[in-house]
Amino acid sequence: MPTPHQSGAAAQPAAPTRREIYEARLRRRSITIAAASTASVLIAVIVLVPLAPGWTAVKRSFFNQDIFLRTFPGLLDAFLVDVAIFLWSAPAIVLLGLIIALCRDVRSPALYPMRLLGALYTDVFRGLPVILVVYLIGFGIPGLGLPRPWNSPYIWGSLALILVYAAYVAEVIRSGIDSIHNSQRAAAASLGLTQADTMRFVVLPQALRNVAPANMNLFIALQKDVALLSFIGPVEVFRQAGVYKSLMANFTPYVGAAVIFLAITIPATRYTDHLLNKQRRRQS
Amino acid sequence: MKNVTAIALVLAMTGSAALAGSHGDCAAGKTLEEGVLTIATGNPAYYPWVLNDAPESGEGFEAAVAYAVAAEMGFESDAVHWVRTSFDEAIQPGAKNFDFNLQQYSITSARDEMIDFSMPYYSSAMAVLTTQPVVDAGAMPTLESLKGLIWGADANTTAVPMLAEVVAPDRDPLLYGDNADVTAAMQAGQIDAALFDLPTALYLSAVVVEGGAILGQFPADRSENPDRFGFVMEEGNPLKECVDAAISTLTENGRLAEIEAKWLQEATGVPVIE
Repeated sequence: MPTPHQSGAAAQPAAPTRREIYEARLRRRSITIAAASTASVLIAVIVLVPLAPGWTAVKRSFFNQDIFLRTFPGLLDAFLVDVAIFLWSAPAIVLLGLIIALCRDVRSPALYPMRLLGALYTDVFRGLPVILVVYLIGFGIPGLGLPRPWNSPYIWGSLALILVYAAYVAEVIRSGIDSIHNSQRAAAASLGLTQADTMRFVVLPQALRNVAPANMNLFIALQKDVALLSFIGPVEVFRQAGVYKSLMANFTPYVGAAVIFLAITIPATRYTDHLLNKQRRRQS
Repeated sequence: MKNVTAIALVLAMTGSAALAGSHGDCAAGKTLEEGVLTIATGNPAYYPWVLNDAPESGEGFEAAVAYAVAAEMGFESDAVHWVRTSFDEAIQPGAKNFDFNLQQYSITSARDEMIDFSMPYYSSAMAVLTTQPVVDAGAMPTLESLKGLIWGADANTTAVPMLAEVVAPDRDPLLYGDNADVTAAMQAGQIDAALFDLPTALYLSAVVVEGGAILGQFPADRSENPDRFGFVMEEGNPLKECVDAAISTLTENGRLAEIEAKWLQEATGVPVIE
């Protein structure tokens, strides 16, 4: 039964309560403080950094507009190499990661070696720095004497990225599989589904959806690590920036490369955050 | 006791200053540390520029040039102090930890806008390093034949623009971070040929690359932009005039040519690319 006060408020929505007035004032106050503190930090950076004795030299070396404009188109061209490597590596990573994750979930005792292999694989490739794997595979395997075009650094460098990132993706997918309660498998079994069908139609669809944001994070990291392939030859954006840096004795091209990376990774990170929030709302 | 040491110190300092002064006062007050010349080289420093990665020995072309220039500027060899830097450390803004830096820096006008170069102390021919199997497969020292090869180069060198301008290969070259990676790629059969300055190419083909061969050279005097090496100094370094004076004296009196003859191999057997 409504109290007189509540029915009064419903009848006159225009008149705010004392509590609402108080909360609005509190909100205004925190907005003002946030704005003032942000502004003072910005002003401090804009005013104080140029006062540093080396600022003109730093500006000439890192933020040289002329060089930025001259090198940026070349950097964009080189970035296409990054995009291409990313695009052909990503599906292979998902596939291999899924296979490894499934290997680690095998429950039949006869197939125990697969579990062991899966565990060994993730241990080795998660434990090695990416650059080391790129060097070892990128120079080592073609050194065995493969004929062209099978010794291309693009092939073996991409394989190195795929092997390392599949290990991470496998672990993420495995955590997703583990997050599906055993009762669901039991329910599927009672409906007459085979183990394979249970995995395919019951467990995996939920598991993959649960870990999609975590995998997005991995692919943002992959996007940046593609630059490591430059160490074994491909002239992608990082290497191209290095060439410009060396020719002009100026670091501005690196800033250009950073801008290009950020233009991709910031929207991707925001999108991942959005997915995570959506997931949290769905689960709570 | 303390005073005595102080006086001794002052005496020693004025003594060394007087010694430096006897050769000309040019460098006085312009070095990082008074009475000491701090010279930077690569880490590691490569043969034949510095032997055994030990510039203190004065052995190797650049080590010898450095000591000759130091002597000309009035620094005894024990007043020369060596430090190591990467290429990037030499060009970054801010205080430097060396008076000058020599590790085969090619003088270019674009680089000169950001850092100071001394006069050139060496003009290098560029040479094509390859392997015997590539030569056996029919690679010839002609531009026509070179275009068809898969090229590699050290990304930090002027070999990159030279490749694009002079050879203009059919396929984009592969670029690497240092000499070791270029030779690894060559050994793995990923590249056919790489462009280096001639002394480096001779060394790599003889010692590093298994079955290495020099296909030919682009002589320094024939190129429109010959690859000339200079000392790198911080932009606006007052020491530049002293270094330049020393190098031009050494060039005129033939000392520089002597050092070159002593430390850099004869390159007469290398065919010239038409």
